Amino acid sequence: MIDSKFLLLIPLLPLIGSIISGLYSLLNSEKTNYKINENLVSFISCATPIISFLISLMFFLSLNNLEEKLITYNFYNWISSGYLNVDFELMLDPLSSMMTIVITFIGSLIHIYSISYMHNDRGFARYFSYLNLFTFSMLILVLAKNLPLMFLGWEGVGLCSYLLIGFWFQDKEKAIAGNKAFITNRIGDLGFLIGIFLIFWQIGTLDFIDINQKVSEMNLEIITLITLLLFVGAMGKSAQIPLHVWLPDAMAGPTPVSALIHAATMVTAGIYMIVRLNVLYSLSPFTLSIVASIGLFTAFFAATVAITQDDIKKVLAYSTVSQLGYMFLGVGIGAYTAGTFHLFTHAFFKALLFLGSGSVIHAMSNEQNIWKMGGLFSKMKITAITFCIGTLAISGIPPFAGFFSKDEILWKVFESGNILFYIIALFTSFLTAFYMSRLFFVVFFGNLRIKDENIISHIHESPIFMIIPLIILAVFSTIVGFLGIPHSSLFESWLSPIIVKQNEIQHYQNSMEIVLMFISVLIAILGISSAYYFYVVKNNIVENLYNNPKLKPIYKMSYNKWYFDEVYRDIIIKPLYFISNNILFVIDKYLIDGFVNGISKLYSAMSYAFRDIQSGIVRHYAYFMIFGMFIIFLISIF
Amino acid sequence: MIANTIFFWIFSLIAVISALFMITRKHPLSSALCLVITFIALSGLYGLLSAKLLFVIQILVYAGAIMSLIIFSIMLLNVKEENLPKEDNIKKRVIFSSLLLLPMFFIIYLSIELYETYYFQDISSDFGSIKSLGLFLFTKYTLPFEIVSILLLIALLGVVVLAKRKI
Amino acid sequence: MISTQDYLIVSAILFFIGVLGVLTRKNLFIIFMSIELMLNSVNLTFVTFSRFFEDLTGQAIVFLVIAVAAAEAAIGLSIVILIFKNKESLNIDDFNIMKG
Repeated sequence: MIDSKFLLLIPLLPLIGSIISGLYSLLNSEKTNYKINENLVSFISCATPIISFLISLMFFLSLNNLEEKLITYNFYNWISSGYLNVDFELMLDPLSSMMTIVITFIGSLIHIYSISYMHNDRGFARYFSYLNLFTFSMLILVLAKNLPLMFLGWEGVGLCSYLLIGFWFQDKEKAIAGNKAFITNRIGDLGFLIGIFLIFWQIGTLDFIDINQKVSEMNLEIITLITLLLFVGAMGKSAQIPLHVWLPDAMAGPTPVSALIHAATMVTAGIYMIVRLNVLYSLSPFTLSIVASIGLFTAFFAATVAITQDDIKKVLAYSTVSQLGYMFLGVGIGAYTAGTFHLFTHAFFKALLFLGSGSVIHAMSNEQNIWKMGGLFSKMKITAITFCIGTLAISGIPPFAGFFSKDEILWKVFESGNILFYIIALFTSFLTAFYMSRLFFVVFFGNLRIKDENIISHIHESPIFMIIPLIILAVFSTIVGFLGIPHSSLFESWLSPIIVKQNEIQHYQNSMEIVLMFISVLIAILGISSAYYFYVVKNNIVENLYNNPKLKPIYKMSYNKWYFDEVYRDIIIKPLYFISNNILFVIDKYLIDGFVNGISKLYSAMSYAFRDIQSGIVRHYAYFMIFGMFIIFLISIF
Repeated sequence: MIANTIFFWIFSLIAVISALFMITRKHPLSSALCLVITFIALSGLYGLLSAKLLFVIQILVYAGAIMSLIIFSIMLLNVKEENLPKEDNIKKRVIFSSLLLLPMFFIIYLSIELYETYYFQDISSDFGSIKSLGLFLFTKYTLPFEIVSILLLIALLGVVVLAKRKI
Repeated sequence: MISTQDYLIVSAILFFIGVLGVLTRKNLFIIFMSIELMLNSVNLTFVTFSRFFEDLTGQAIVFLVIAVAAAEAAIGLSIVILIFKNKESLNIDDFNIMKG
C-alpha cells in the first residue's frame, strides 16, 4: 500500500522540473549568450515525468486492491468564503488513474523524444520547462476532486498550449497561431466557467462526489443548461465544431508538442470532463443528443478535410479532430466506456503517428509538404514500419488498438438504434482509412519528389532517442486494444465503478455484432486499397481531380477546410472591427475617456488647494501627528 | 526600603535634569554627553526594578556602544560652530510645542494617577537575572530573537553599503 | 515608599522631554538623540510593568528593543553622515524635497 498523501507527488514532480529548467533557461538570454547544458536539462525534465509515471503505476496497483475504488487526500483548504468552500483535494479513481498513467507514460516518451528533436534549439530549457508545466497542468486536471481545481488545470493546459504553440514566437505566423488557440479556448472556458457557477448556485457544492449525490436536487431544465455550457467548454478544449479552428493551426509548435497536445493531454480534457460528470450528463438526453450530433458532424467534417491537405501535420491534426468527434459520438450515445476506451487507444497511436511524422520532418530538414516527400520507406525503415502500425491502428484493422475501440463505438451507435448515425460514422471510418493510407503511401512510397540535393543527402534514420519512443508506442498501439475485447472487457470492468448504470436493452443478437465487425473491417480495407489504387497505382490522380470541372469545387471546399476560417472572419471578426472602429471608438474616446480624465482633473484641482500643507519641514509633520494623537486620546477618553 | 526611595529620587532627578540639558545644549557633543548621563541614570532605575541583565546591557550597549557611536560620528564630521543651524525663534517654538504637549501630558499624568497604587513586594533574587531572562528568551522568544539577529546583520550590511557610497 | 506610578511618571516626563527636543531643535544630531531618549523612556515603562506583573516578557521585549535600537542607530547615523556630506548642513529645515 502506498500512502495517499503521496498523490501530490504525481503532479508536483513535473512542476518542480518545470521550475528548475524554467529558472535555468533564464540564464540563456540574448545578452548573456550562455550555453545551456542540454544533458542536465533533459535529465531533470525527463526524470520527473518518468518518476511520476512509476508513482502512478504504484497507485494503480494499490487502487486495484481496494474494495471501494477511491483514494482521496485533502491537502489544504484552498478557498473559503461564505458558503463556498474549496479544498485542494486530489482524487484517484479508476478513470483518473487510467488518465494519469496515459499522461505520464506518453508524456515521458514525448519528453525523451524531444531531447533529440529539440537538440541545439536556442530555447531548449524553456521548451522543457513548458513541457513539464503542461504535464503538471494536465495531471492537476485529471486528479482534481472538485471543479475549481479542475478549472485550474484546465486553464493551465490552455496557457501551456499557448506558450508551446507559439514557442518559436519570432515567427509572427506561429505567434498568431498561439493566440488563436488561446482565444478560441477562452470562448469555451467562458461556457465552462458559467456552468461551474450554475452548479454552485443550484446545489452549493463543487465536489465531484457531492455533485453526484445531490444531482437529483436539480430540475431537468437547469441540468440541460449546465451540461450544455460545460459542453461548450469541452468543445473548446477538444476542438469540436464550431470551436475546432485552433487545433489545425496548433501545428505551428514543435512536433512533439503537437503529439502531446493531440495524444495525451489537452484535447482529451473535454472527453474526460464529460465522463467525469457522466451522472449529470445521463440525466439530460437532449444534451447527449447534441453531443452525439456535434461529435458525428465533426468526425465527418474533419475526415473530409483531411483527405486533401498536403501538410503532413495538418492531415494528422484533422484526423485528431475526427477521432475526437468519434469519442464525443460515443459519449453522446451514452457509451461512456467506449468513448473513454477510444481516448485511451487513440492516445497511443496518435502519439505514435505524430512522433513518426516528427521523425520524417526531422529527416526532411523541416519540410512538411507531403508532395515533396516520397519513397522514404527504404531510407527510414523503423519510422516507416511504426508509422504503418499507427496507420493500421487508426484505420481500424485488427488486431491493432484502434479496431477494438472504434468498433465498440460503432457497435454502440448501431445498438442505440440510430441507423443514420451508424452509416455516417461508417462512411467516416472509410474516409479515415483512406486519408491515413494516402498519407502513408505518399510519404513512404513512390519516388522522392524534392529536388534539393542538400536535403536529399541529409535524409537519414532518426537518432536513438527518437526511435525508442516510436518502437515502444508501436508495441503498445498493437496490444492495448486487447484490454477492451467486447463482452470480456477488462477496461469496462475497471471503469464500471464510476460510470452510471444504464438499462441494458439487448436489441440485437451477438451474431449481429460479429457481422458489423466484419463490415467495418471490410470498409477499412476498402479505404486502404482505394488509397493504394489512387496514389500508388495511378499516382497522377490529384492533377486529374483538380482539372475535372465537376470535382473541382468539392476539392477546393475540402482543401480550404469548408471555409470555416473565412466565414468566421467575415461574420464575426470583420463586423466586430467595424463596430469597434466606428461606434465604440467614439464612445470610448469621448464618453469613457472624458469621464476618467475628468475625475483625474478634479483630483488634481482638489490637491492643488491642499498642497501647501506639505511644507517639507519635518517638524510640521510632527505637529500634525501630535495633534492627531491628541484627538485620538480625547476620543478614547470620552 | 528607605535606600530604595532615596536612590530612586537621585536617579530620576539626574535622568530628568540631564535630559533637559541634552535638549538645550547648542553643540551636539555636549548634548551627547548629557544623554550618556541620562542613560546611566536610567540603568540605575532598571537596577532598582531588579532587572539585573538589563541594567548591564543598558550601560554596555546604550551608554557604551550606541552613545560612543554617536559621539564618534559627531567628531568624525568635525562639526564647527558655523555649521550648526541657527536656532532662531526658539522661544516661539517652545511655547507652541508646550501648548500642544501639555494637554497630552496632563491626560497621561491623570491616567497614571488613576491607576491603582502598588508598592513593590519582595521578589526572589532570580527575577531578571541573566539565567532566567536567557532561558526565557531562548524558549518563548526564540523566533523574535533570531529575527532580531538577522535584522542586525542586515543593518551591518546596510551601513557598509551606505558608508561606501560616493556622492 | 516608591510605587509603580512614580516610575511611570518619570518615564512620561522623559518621553515628553524627548518630544519637545524633536519639536523645537533644528540640529539633526539632537533630534536623533531625542528619539533615542523616547525609546528609552518606553523601555523604562516596560521594565516597570515587568516588575509589577512579575513577568519577564517586558524585559525580553526591552532586550529586543535595545537590539533594534542599535541597528537603528547605526543606519540612522550613517544616513546623517551622508546627508551632512551631501548638503554641508545639519539643519533639518534644509531638507525639504517633499515640499508640495
